[in-house]
Amino acid sequence: MPRRLLRDQHIVLDDWGYPGEPEPVRGRIIGLDEWLADPEVWSPSSSLGVVLKPTHRVELLAPTLARFDLVAAEFSGPTEGRGYTQGRLLRERYGFRGELRAVGYVRHDQLFLLARCGFTSFELPEAEFATAARAFSTFSAEYQPSNDLGLQQTLAHRSASV
Amino acid sequence: MYRYDAIDKTLVNERVEQFRDQTRRYLAGELSDDEFKHLRLRNGLYLQRHAPMLRVAIPYGLLSAAQLRVLGSIARRYDRGYGHFTTRQNIQYNWPKLEQVPDILAELAAVEMHAIQTSGNCIRNTTSDHLAGVTPNELEDPRPWCELIRQWSTFHPEFNYLPRKFKIAVTGAPQDRAASLVHDVGVHIVRGPGGEQGFEIIVGGGLGRTPIIGKALREFLPRRHLLSYLEAVLRVYNLEGRRDNLTKARIKILVKALGIEEFRRRVETEWESIRDGALDVSDDQIERLRSFFTPPAYRALEDEDPAAVASPAFQVWYRHNTKAHKVRGYRVVFISLKKPGVAPGDATDAQLELIADLADRYSFGEARVTHTQNLLLADVEQGKTFELWRLLDAAGLATPNIGTLTDMICCPGLDFCSLANAGSIDVARLINERFDDYDYLYDLGELEVKMSGCMNACGHHHVGHIGILGVDKGGEEWYQITIGGAAGADASLGTVIGPSVPKTEVAETIARLLSVYVEQRLPEERFLETVRRLGVKPFKERVYAAPAAA
Repeated sequence: MPRRLLRDQHIVLDDWGYPGEPEPVRGRIIGLDEWLADPEVWSPSSSLGVVLKPTHRVELLAPTLARFDLVAAEFSGPTEGRGYTQGRLLRERYGFRGELRAVGYVRHDQLFLLARCGFTSFELPEAEFATAARAFSTFSAEYQPSNDLGLQQTLAHRSASV
Repeated sequence: MYRYDAIDKTLVNERVEQFRDQTRRYLAGELSDDEFKHLRLRNGLYLQRHAPMLRVAIPYGLLSAAQLRVLGSIARRYDRGYGHFTTRQNIQYNWPKLEQVPDILAELAAVEMHAIQTSGNCIRNTTSDHLAGVTPNELEDPRPWCELIRQWSTFHPEFNYLPRKFKIAVTGAPQDRAASLVHDVGVHIVRGPGGEQGFEIIVGGGLGRTPIIGKALREFLPRRHLLSYLEAVLRVYNLEGRRDNLTKARIKILVKALGIEEFRRRVETEWESIRDGALDVSDDQIERLRSFFTPPAYRALEDEDPAAVASPAFQVWYRHNTKAHKVRGYRVVFISLKKPGVAPGDATDAQLELIADLADRYSFGEARVTHTQNLLLADVEQGKTFELWRLLDAAGLATPNIGTLTDMICCPGLDFCSLANAGSIDVARLINERFDDYDYLYDLGELEVKMSGCMNACGHHHVGHIGILGVDKGGEEWYQITIGGAAGADASLGTVIGPSVPKTEVAETIARLLSVYVEQRLPEERFLETVRRLGVKPFKERVYAAPAAA
């Protein structure tokens, strides 16, 4: 069965492919190490995505970030939290505007926070799709600025209304 | 105190619904034990020896009378009639039923309380000086800053899956009553070079398996940068803190591994790229929060002489359980939760409700939780302390032992906690039985005894003048004793005096330590200072000189 994922809060079939998968519609998702080892291997006209492991520094990717239409941050398990910072850095510091995908251990209860850190797509276990969409409305307000545009409505906004 | 607006109310109610849904999914088998664990822990729910334990946040220790009544009501209806106050100004319930926890949270939310981030690898409840706002020599009331940090850290999207838990304490007076030097981050309100107020930032303190006194990360931080600087610290920690070994995952281990200079360099580099941005604290913003902590309507009163009341018992209590207030005619009244025979830090439902009434009658409707597991009424007219004492005394809440040996800090220990190696409550009982002569206790003066049932050090044993750590020795409960620790502005870690002792000899060991002190002390010298002056040796020699007297 083709991989399903949640993208922009909709369930879609994945149009990207990992190595070893059938030829994808959009492009390949490769590992960061693979990319850094020899960028010349990849045709400049092809669409590329890249996987950041939790230990990968976003700075390694930064100089060539424009080459990628997709960045996937991997979550190694239920306690992994580096991807949240990676996401914010990609969006806020390096201005990445492509698809930011959470892969690995990704579950319903992480989605609200991941979305606030700039993630737009999520590879979820099949059982999670039924309930996942409602995770994005878990909270209707935020206390702190983050990547989402709720930021000006948080603390700063409240002070102005005094 | 801080009052919720529509945003706060909405968030807390939504959190209750989120947790209700998570609990439902778990009970329906949709979430595994392990998956649910990571969710429930973020909401203060542990699965313990007998039943779940629910830890409820009391932000910087401040409680309204209405909140106290609800805490009492929850203790009666969902627990076994009591709650346990912790060293981080929270309250724990030891007997709730899992399926009832969402209802408990809903009742808490109705009085602007919650259990958000009271456990789990996230930013925990921010703690502070229990004398904030009433202590005479404070630079500034730290509580508005605590509330600012509370809001910033609540559901922080980036820092909810940290390598390990993260605790922040904020103080505004020279005396450190919040143990800030053994927190992941300590924030001290200080004056800068030009006289303006800002913060000193301490990092990497902590207890547990690897006790460390925090180091100065930044000597002066202008106040508008507080949140951006904390965000930089947390970001460096989130990325660099160890995740391969739970016992090496706290920020103190990272700071130690990198060295404070390198850690500082990384934080400052990160901070340079986020400062002066959306996290800047505006004057408006902090003014709004300050408006919640304005002084109550004090009356113009004169100081009164407690000796005018012809009750020696009252005078003893007054001397030990009340402290100076910055406003003339007022007094800070401590409510001792250290009555002999009662687990230290426990309060019954009826006591909680009584204290609510007393707060309404005598202290502008507010009470506070201290880091030492007592409660206090911060703003009591001196002229009313006698009637207040009588009411407290009748309820078993006036044990005149604040600051003495029997005002022990104590974790729940083996009786309740699934992590503990040894009991602590029964050791507290044995110590109380041994030291029941108040004249002797008062002669010993200020003495902090702190006891933990295991290496996790919830009872802060490393920073007790006398520390007691429960260890498991071949299935038996033994106790390692340290002396010379301190948690205040002069924080230090205690030194182990020698081999651990069996439970039956803990009180005797303490008696021997104190006998050395009584013999060798200089005038006005506290136990801690005598230990610092003499070193461990004479104490050690006395303790291990001969078998304990039968």
